[in-house]
Amino acid sequence: MTGWAMALFRRDLRLSVRIGGSAIVGVLFFLAVVTVFPFGVGPDLNLLARIGPAILWIGALLATLLGLDRLFQADREDGTLDLMLMAGRPLELVVLIKCLAHWLSTGLPLVVAAPLFSVFLNLDPVAMAAVTATLLVGTPALTLIGAIGASLTVSLRRGGLLLAVLVVPLTVPILIFGVSSADAAIHDPVPFMTPFLILCALTLIAAVVGPIASAAALRFAAD
Amino acid sequence: MDLGPHAGFIIASYGLCLLTVLALIAWVRIDKANQERALKELADQGISRARPDQGRN
Amino acid sequence: MAFWDYANPTRFLKLVQVLLPWLVGLCVATFAIGLYMAFFTAPEDYQQGDTIRIMYIHVPSAWLCMMCYTVMSISSIGTLVWKHPLADVSAKSAAPIGAAFTFMALVTGSLWGKPMWGTYWEWDARMTSVLVLLIMYLGLMALWRTMDDPIKAGKAAAVLTLVGALNLPIIKFSVDWWNTLHQPASVVRLDGPTIHSSQLWPLLVMALAFTLLFFVLHLMAMRNEVLRRRVRALRMRAASVSRPATASASAQPAE
Repeated sequence: MTGWAMALFRRDLRLSVRIGGSAIVGVLFFLAVVTVFPFGVGPDLNLLARIGPAILWIGALLATLLGLDRLFQADREDGTLDLMLMAGRPLELVVLIKCLAHWLSTGLPLVVAAPLFSVFLNLDPVAMAAVTATLLVGTPALTLIGAIGASLTVSLRRGGLLLAVLVVPLTVPILIFGVSSADAAIHDPVPFMTPFLILCALTLIAAVVGPIASAAALRFAAD
Repeated sequence: MDLGPHAGFIIASYGLCLLTVLALIAWVRIDKANQERALKELADQGISRARPDQGRN
Repeated sequence: MAFWDYANPTRFLKLVQVLLPWLVGLCVATFAIGLYMAFFTAPEDYQQGDTIRIMYIHVPSAWLCMMCYTVMSISSIGTLVWKHPLADVSAKSAAPIGAAFTFMALVTGSLWGKPMWGTYWEWDARMTSVLVLLIMYLGLMALWRTMDDPIKAGKAAAVLTLVGALNLPIIKFSVDWWNTLHQPASVVRLDGPTIHSSQLWPLLVMALAFTLLFFVLHLMAMRNEVLRRRVRALRMRAASVSRPATASASAQPAE
């Protein structure tokens, strides 16, 4: 990684860890969602074990969406975004690095917390490992797709809710393949690897489409 | 005309489609009236598209 | 190229003025023929009885909701690549119409589903994809509404439309996958592989009528949008003229 990219990466990571502690809040929100589900569907452990992967995935999706609106907004407010636009570096790469830093500080904690929370949902070790693996592969895609929504709503004062509405339809495939590969590991209608590899492919597609579309939207918002 | 045992569903679906289309038409018509009124108000105030430097209407 | 001649909004309005009465007449006539065929000449289905008549509005509206997204995607390319001044007008005015057709497809589908499947809503692959499409239309409309600068809103919506267009096949594919995983082909398929010509002709005529309806509404909505931007530009010019300090700057084109 070249010097400027590393500097940007370190800066973003440091900001998100230091100020506001968004990583911890995201995990807390994840815990809250997982706790609320049994109140809704009842404390039936068999049922919870069956829908556990889905609960964890929906919790992770909501927690990711919640943190996304700050991805570019803070930088826009203090003018850093304009400097980044003028710096002449490829904006797609800037977006990719910012997403990586954002995922490390908000997405990775969710992945780390998932095995712990799956104990509440009566998941067996195999399911636990499968859900964690799918979240590890899938949450970067959520951040990358969410970056498109974040850059579209960057100039809006209260864009958080709109961002969620815009991004959710685009994340449907990731949710489907994330949950179905976790399900495939538990009771196998299909081998685990089939949906898992498609999930990997979706993440790679998101890594291309997300930064390109997001950079385009940021350029249009600036001029 | 006899539409069979499920006549209600057929009539309801055609009716709802008609309502939706009517709503679209109403939206387009009301919107047009609003814009034309705004243009007329502006023209009454002496603000129109005729520009002093170019003779486009 | 004739396409570029109508980049001028005034010329476009004139074209609409000429074209619209013909299109409206054609649309009404096609609807009359199509509805007559759907109710009087088309036979009832040996399996589904008279409920097959819902197909004559369900299938065209489902088709139109996808065609409308295609129109919006092409317009979005027009906005981003060629910066055609009418492209974002076209994309913006197509969105509510597309949402309405999607809504019609969902409503007629569920009203057809009740007598056929025994339930108003089946999480069937096609209905689920159409529901996701409806959310995308409504999200795009919300994005248009929240930004007051039409040029910026147009570009943002164009980016989102194109990302959605890339994503729609993936969504369709994943919903199909999800559907076969959860319910092994037990639902009655609404349209069989073969369709008799006595049912096909009314369907085609109705599809043509719906397409004409879309173009009529689209042209009318585009005309409204052009007028709306004209009002906005005039108001801004009026505001800048009324301020004496900046009066000298008002000579620049306000559009």
